[in-house]
Amino acid sequence: MRPLLVLAFWLAVWQLVAWVVGQEILLASPVSVARRLAELVVTAGFWGTVGHSLARIATGFLAAAVVGALTAALAAWSRLVDVVLAPAMTAVRAAPVVSFIILLLMLPGGSGRLAAATSFLMVLPIVHATVLEGIRNRDRDLLEMAAVFRVPLPRRLAAIDIPAVLPYLAAACHVGIGLAWKAGVAAEVIGLPQGSIGERMYQGKLLLSSADVLAWTVVVIAVSFASERLIALLLARGRARLAGRPGPAQEGRPGPAADARGVAV
Amino acid sequence: MITLRGVTKRFGTQVVLDRFDLDIEEGVVTAVTGPNGSGKTTLARLLLGLSVPDEGTIDGLDGRRGAMTFQDDRLCEQLTAVGNVRLVLGSSVDPSTVATALRDVGLDGESLTKPARDLSGGQRRRVAIVRAVLADADLVVLDEPFKGLDTDAKVQVMDYVLERCAGRTVLLITHDLTEAERFGARVVTLASTGRGPDSPDAGNVTEPSR
Repeated sequence: MRPLLVLAFWLAVWQLVAWVVGQEILLASPVSVARRLAELVVTAGFWGTVGHSLARIATGFLAAAVVGALTAALAAWSRLVDVVLAPAMTAVRAAPVVSFIILLLMLPGGSGRLAAATSFLMVLPIVHATVLEGIRNRDRDLLEMAAVFRVPLPRRLAAIDIPAVLPYLAAACHVGIGLAWKAGVAAEVIGLPQGSIGERMYQGKLLLSSADVLAWTVVVIAVSFASERLIALLLARGRARLAGRPGPAQEGRPGPAADARGVAV
Repeated sequence: MITLRGVTKRFGTQVVLDRFDLDIEEGVVTAVTGPNGSGKTTLARLLLGLSVPDEGTIDGLDGRRGAMTFQDDRLCEQLTAVGNVRLVLGSSVDPSTVATALRDVGLDGESLTKPARDLSGGQRRRVAIVRAVLADADLVVLDEPFKGLDTDAKVQVMDYVLERCAGRTVLLITHDLTEAERFGARVVTLASTGRGPDSPDAGNVTEPSR
């Protein structure tokens, strides 16, 4: 109930500011934006545009999650890899997003891969650093126990390593998905790949239609939020599955009885 | 036989084991006692390859599989009691065998299906003991294994360990000489200086009275 009241409060503030400004070109009211959104969602083009941007930004994000986790594992395994990768990751993290966008646009066919590449570069250093921290913070006592009993690596990964690292990966994804959407759409606005949300926002600007720009902004926020929830759900399920499967020991038996808290027999 | 000759282990400037000599016979229980800081756990870690001596040699460990109850339980919190034991056993041991072993040391049906994080201290201890005893190991190290168990539980668990460890090479680290006696163990007493039994100014070796 409280989130709805907070939302209602901010919508009221927006409405008030729009009323004070008094010009739809400068700031469309929430009602105008909602009306424009209602017009958009019933068109086939709307879903095609959302799908276009979603596919590219999600590709960039997922690739960054996978590559970042792998580079973190390599950096934890080899001091040399860590020393080589650390400054590169710092540079990617610190560099302005617009630098990447311009460089990518200079490549042949860069516009088509712009959103995916930009999202990838924004998320990669976050996943790398966070997962590396998770790997380094694994329970040393449990790892020592596994060494004494010579627990095979796949079983150790499932019971000790991955459960320890997953919360860190989840935190990185939580931060990264919002950033992927922000950077990805910014790249689309600059590179104007055909049929993207960024292109539609830019068209809104050309037509001096703040209702269009804000309607697409609402769409980006909604899709980003939905993506974040979906990823959180998938990671939680993965965690429960791992808890319910300590390793090859349970192969060939009926499925593990993992309950809602991820308990394994 | 496992033989330690002239083993020295230091942590910084502190010498924990100093030119330590010891023979650990096959198929019997060797109990190690001594005051805190005398190097009992350090000795166990050296035998399990978790640490290497600064000087001296340890022979007879090649290819030997170890198992240990640590002073802390070291359980995977998200796994059940059965899951924790099966983690180290592999697919060759049936879950019902593990469940039976856990029941033998006093865990009831409900505690078998709880995650380790919801078990009491005594229940966790029993899981750690069963894990070490059931493991396919040539050297079983029990580092103060019965710490935290009440008297009845201690008797029950000790009976279980005695039965399962008969004829195996066991290193029992304890402050309680009655435990060593119960196991019919050869007792090695470490001096507070970290000297071994065969070193000057050292403790002594007491053979079991059987």
